[in-house]
Amino acid sequence: MKRLLKGGRVVDPVNGIDGVRDILIDGERIARIASNLPADGATVVEVPDGLVICPGFIDMHVHLREPGQEHKETVATGTASAVAGGFTAVACMPNTNPVNDNANVTTYILDKAREANLARVYPIGAVSRGSQGELLADIADMRNAGCVAITDDGHPVKTAILLRRALEYAGMFGMPVIEHCEDPSLKGDAVAHEGYYAASLGLRGMPGACEALGVERGVLLAELTGSSFHVAHMSARASLRAVRKAKEAGVHVTCEVAPHHFTLTDEALAAPVAYDTNTKMNPPLREAADRDAMLDGISDGSVDAIATDHAPHHYDEKKVEYDRAPFGIVGLETAVPLSLDRLVHAGRIRLSRMVELLSVNPARILNVPGGTLSEGAPADITIIAPDLKVRIEAAKLRSRSKNTPFDGWELRGGVAATLVGGRPLYVNAETRISL
Amino acid sequence: MSPQATVHDIDQRPAVTSLRSKDLLGISELTPDEITLILDTADAMKEIASRPIKKVPALRGKTVVNLFFEPSTRTRTSFEIAEKRLSADTLNIAIATSSVVKGETLADTALNLEAMHPDMIVLRHSSSGACHLLSRICRSAIINAGDGMHEHPTQALLDAFTIRERKRQLKGLKVAIIGDLLHSRVLRSNILLLTRMGADVWVCGPPTLMPADIRRFGVNATSSIEAAVTGADVIMLLRIQLERMEGAYFPSLREYFNVFGMSEARMKLAQPDVMIMHPGPMNRGVEIASEVADGPYSVILDQVANGVAVRMAVLYLLAGGAEHEEAA
Repeated sequence: MKRLLKGGRVVDPVNGIDGVRDILIDGERIARIASNLPADGATVVEVPDGLVICPGFIDMHVHLREPGQEHKETVATGTASAVAGGFTAVACMPNTNPVNDNANVTTYILDKAREANLARVYPIGAVSRGSQGELLADIADMRNAGCVAITDDGHPVKTAILLRRALEYAGMFGMPVIEHCEDPSLKGDAVAHEGYYAASLGLRGMPGACEALGVERGVLLAELTGSSFHVAHMSARASLRAVRKAKEAGVHVTCEVAPHHFTLTDEALAAPVAYDTNTKMNPPLREAADRDAMLDGISDGSVDAIATDHAPHHYDEKKVEYDRAPFGIVGLETAVPLSLDRLVHAGRIRLSRMVELLSVNPARILNVPGGTLSEGAPADITIIAPDLKVRIEAAKLRSRSKNTPFDGWELRGGVAATLVGGRPLYVNAETRISL
Repeated sequence: MSPQATVHDIDQRPAVTSLRSKDLLGISELTPDEITLILDTADAMKEIASRPIKKVPALRGKTVVNLFFEPSTRTRTSFEIAEKRLSADTLNIAIATSSVVKGETLADTALNLEAMHPDMIVLRHSSSGACHLLSRICRSAIINAGDGMHEHPTQALLDAFTIRERKRQLKGLKVAIIGDLLHSRVLRSNILLLTRMGADVWVCGPPTLMPADIRRFGVNATSSIEAAVTGADVIMLLRIQLERMEGAYFPSLREYFNVFGMSEARMKLAQPDVMIMHPGPMNRGVEIASEVADGPYSVILDQVANGVAVRMAVLYLLAGGAEHEEAA
C-alpha cells in the first residue's frame, strides 16, 4: 500500500533538509520526498501542525534480557517499548543468559525479533566467551549471524591485552568495540557516585576517575590499533575530557550519553524519596558539574549519541535495600521527552542536532541502515510532537519493567508515531495523526 | 506521668511537645526543638532508673519488635531494657533465627511482622537506608538502631545527652571526633546533631578514611590530631575495625595508634575538663589508650547508662507521649 505523509516538517540532517516536505511511502520503502507530491492513489495522511518527521531513532544501548531473564523483559516487550518511545531500531547488549557470545544466541535473538516484528533489533556480541575476559568470543561467526558490534557491557573488558586484541580483531570487520569504561578496583563494591550525597546517605561511592581511567585505557588502545572504540553511557567530566582530546588527536573514538546522565544528579538519591533504588544505575548519577559537562558535550558536538542503557529489572529485584538492588533503569519510553524538554526546549541544541544524536550517529557508529530519509531507503520514520505535554507514568510503560526515576514527570515533547518499514507500529492518539 | 514536668521548670520546657514523624530514621529528620524535646524527656526517664521499682506503665499494651540483622550487644540490650522499663511487650528477632537465612527479602520479613500488628520496629541492618525501606511499607513506627554506614540516631542522642549533663549545653563546644570517619554511622548522626545544636565540630582521621566532601557537612576536617584535640571540650573516638588494614586504609594498627590514637599526652592539649567518649566496642591500644579509656575524664560508661534513658524517651515520644498515656 501507498501512504503520502503530507505537509509535515521534515528534519533530515544527512540530506540537509529542514522544512516542509511530502513523503510518499510505497510498501516498506520511501518512494519520494519532495514538496507538493500528488496523492496518485496513495492514502493521504495530513500531518497535523507542529509535528516533525525524522529518520527513525536508533537506541544503540538497550538490554532486552532475552534469553534468560524474561521476567524483566523479552525481545517482544522491549521492542514494543522501543516503538512506543519513538525508536525504530535498537541494539541489544550481550549480557543475557547465556551470554550472546556465539552465533546460536545471536540467531535466537534475531528469531525472536522477527516473531515480534516491531522495532528492528541489532544484536551486539560479547568481546569474550561468557564475557569472562579470558578468550575471544566467536566474533566472525556472530558478525555473520547479524551482530553489529562487540562489548562485555556490564563490566569493562577484563584486561588491556584482551581489549587490544578485540580492537584489532573486530577492526578487521570494521566493527566498533563498545566499552563499559570502569576501573574495577576503584569501583570496588560502590553503589553510587562518590560525593556529598553518597557520603551523607552512607553509600559506597565510586569517583568519576573510575570511569575516566577506562576511557583513557580505551582511547590509548584505539590509537594503538587504529580501530573504532565507542564509550558506552559516559557520565563523568573527566571521561568527556579524554574523549575530546582523543578526537582532536584523530583517534577513532565515539561516545554516548544516557538521558538520566544529562538530566539527573546524585541529589536524586536523597530526594524526593531517599534511597529510591530507581536512582541506582552504573555508571551512577553524578554530581552537577558532571551532568553539566554532559550537556556541554551534547551541545558542542563532542558527544556522538544519546543512548538509553535501557535496563529493565523486575520490581521484586528493586524493592530491596539500596546496596542490594541491581543497577539500571528503563529508558526507551522516556528518552525522547527528556531530550526534547531538557535539550531542545532548554535551548541547548536544535532539533536537527537531536536527530543526529538519536538517529544519524548511532546508524553511522554501528554501520547499520537508517539515519536518513532517502528515497529507496526503508521507511523507518519517527514522527515527534515537540510541543506535546507529556506526563511520564511508570505503570503505563510498555516495557515489562517499570523501574524509572521519572515517574510523574511532566515534560514538553513526545512521540507522535513510529513507522518501521512503512508500518505504523505506534500512534499517539493525542497528537491527532491518523495512520 | 508527665516526664518533662518532673525535672523542668515551665520556662525550660521545649518549644515542641511531640515529634512530627512516626519514625526515627535519622537525626537528619529532627529539628533542634525536637532534639531538645527528646533530651529533656530523657532527663525524666533517667530518674526512673534510680527508683527501687524501675518500671512505669507508659508503653503498656504496646508491642515492640527488636529486629536485628547485625550482631549487637550494647544497642539491643539497651533498647530491650528501655522497652521493659516502659512496660512494653518486647520481642527480639536476630538474623540467625529469622527466615532471612532462607532467602526472604527484608520487605517480606517486615510485611510478615507487620501482619501481627506491632506498634514499633527497632531495626539494625547492615544496609544504609534499610529503615527508609521499612518506613515506606510499614504502618508501625520504625526506629533506626543503626543502618549500614548511614545513621545511628539514638547513639548521637545519648552522646548529646551525656555532653549536656556535664556541660549544660552543646552550643559553642569544640567537639573532636577521631577515627574511621568513612564507615561510621555514629559519625554521621553526631555531625548532624552537634552542628544542628551549634557545636564546633572537628573530624579527624587518615585521608583514606575521610568521606568525600566532608566539609559540606559544616565541620572542620583535619588529619592532624593535634589540631583536632587542641582546646577540645569533648573528644569522641570511633572504633577502628581491624579489617580496614586489609583494605589498605592504613598500614598497621600500631602505626594507626602512633598517628591517631588517643594518648594521655595528646589529651593534655584539650580543655582541662575534657570529656572522653567512645560509642563502643573499644579497641584498646588502637584508637584509645587504656589509660585514657579508664581515666578520670572518660564518660564511656555514662554513655551506656544514658543510652537506656534516651531510648526510653524516643520510644515514649514515638508512642504518642502523654497523649497516648491519657488514652490508655
